[in-house]
Amino acid sequence: MESASATPSSILAHPDGAASVAIEVESVSFFYGQKQALTDISIDIHANRVTAFIGPSGCGKSTFLRALNRMNDVIPGARLTGSVRIGGEDVYAPTADVVAVRRRVGMVFQKSNPFPKTIFENVAYGLRVNGLAGTRGELANRVEESLQAAAIWDEVKDRLHTSALGLSGGQQQRLCIARALATRPAILLMDEPASALDPIATQRIEELVYQLKNDYTIVIVTHNMQQAARVSDTTAFFWLGRLLECGPTERIFTDPAEKLTEDYVTGRFG
Amino acid sequence: METHVRHFQDELDELKRRLLKMGGLAEERLQLAVKAIVDRDLAAMDVVLSGDSDINKLHVEIDDRCVKLLALHQPMAVDLRSIVAAVKINSDLERVGDLAVNIAEAGQRYLQHAPVKELIDIPRMATIAQTMLRDALDAFVRRDLDLAHSVLTADDRLDELKSQVFRDLLAHMLNDPSTIEAALDLILVSRHLERVGDHATNVAEDVIFMVSAKDVRHQ
Repeated sequence: MESASATPSSILAHPDGAASVAIEVESVSFFYGQKQALTDISIDIHANRVTAFIGPSGCGKSTFLRALNRMNDVIPGARLTGSVRIGGEDVYAPTADVVAVRRRVGMVFQKSNPFPKTIFENVAYGLRVNGLAGTRGELANRVEESLQAAAIWDEVKDRLHTSALGLSGGQQQRLCIARALATRPAILLMDEPASALDPIATQRIEELVYQLKNDYTIVIVTHNMQQAARVSDTTAFFWLGRLLECGPTERIFTDPAEKLTEDYVTGRFG
Repeated sequence: METHVRHFQDELDELKRRLLKMGGLAEERLQLAVKAIVDRDLAAMDVVLSGDSDINKLHVEIDDRCVKLLALHQPMAVDLRSIVAAVKINSDLERVGDLAVNIAEAGQRYLQHAPVKELIDIPRMATIAQTMLRDALDAFVRRDLDLAHSVLTADDRLDELKSQVFRDLLAHMLNDPSTIEAALDLILVSRHLERVGDHATNVAEDVIFMVSAKDVRHQ
């Protein structure tokens, strides 16, 4: 990995004055070996907002999402140029602490992936390995706080010490969100978090996303256009590894500036 | 890039065809009502008075189509704007149909009296109103912004003619009070024709919104 930017860090004000920039991405290109997956992407992701990435399969939106917390590092031959700054710090700087980055930037995946442990242990795990809870009482408090934030506490509080694998798909996904929230990240990345869920479970996740943005910056990749329209404040449209258009969700879905965006959101291709 | 031809597009096209049919009916009935006044043709007037049901049926059918398209396809961007515009245009066209009936009712009363004067400006108003309506619908089908804007301009001429008709008839009423009843009905006819122009203007504004996403109302 290399960082090609020397731009000084800055926390820019949001155009409407309400939100600062949580993630500042400048000229990011990404390669899987020889294959270029992302080309020259620059975007400011605002704090306490939901930003949705949309675009046809293979357009690079998931790759870009994973670039934000260096999840692509594990792929052999992967290479990134440009800079990703979180809180003013370049996460690709040689001195950057990858574990610390991932602690600040939590992630939820398409398929819920609870550990084959109890519900309690799933949430407590990250706290333990990061040494974030000193006492048992503190640990229990943080677990409850995370389960509450993920809107699953009421459903699991009486069976915290039973296997997480006994939960429904929607519950498992909310448990994974609780697990991601446990380390108190500032940013939550969600890669199609509801695509494997039924409509009711999907609705709960969407409602949760809406509530979580009060405390977190959320970036969500979704193939479901209506979902992007319902939950996000900003929508970014990716096409062939480029960020083609980014703007307020309301505008992207009513009056996109780019013909390709319009063709995609109206379902004329993709 | 592959472009998907989808049944949604077919249904959108069918929606446009239905709206055009409705516009055609409204325009035809307007023309018939004014011609019946000019020709003093009571039988033709009856045709207008008794024939509003086709427009009313289309009004309901088109709204129904729009609701279904919104519910089943959850359209976005230009498709969403097209359907929102269609719902509003539908209402405007239905009102034009009602105005044709109102004109025929005023005409029926007017024909009970001797002619107040030779009718020049009212047929002129009718022609302008019909042209505005037709242009607004053509602009809708062709997504023609220039044509839509021309409809907005034409409305000023219609307003001027309405004022002129009022001034002329006021003079007649002052000169000869026995013409008051008939003249009032003609004033009403001119008022209805001016309202047709307003509805055509609404349609044109909806077309501008549909094509460019710009709201030009009340400007």
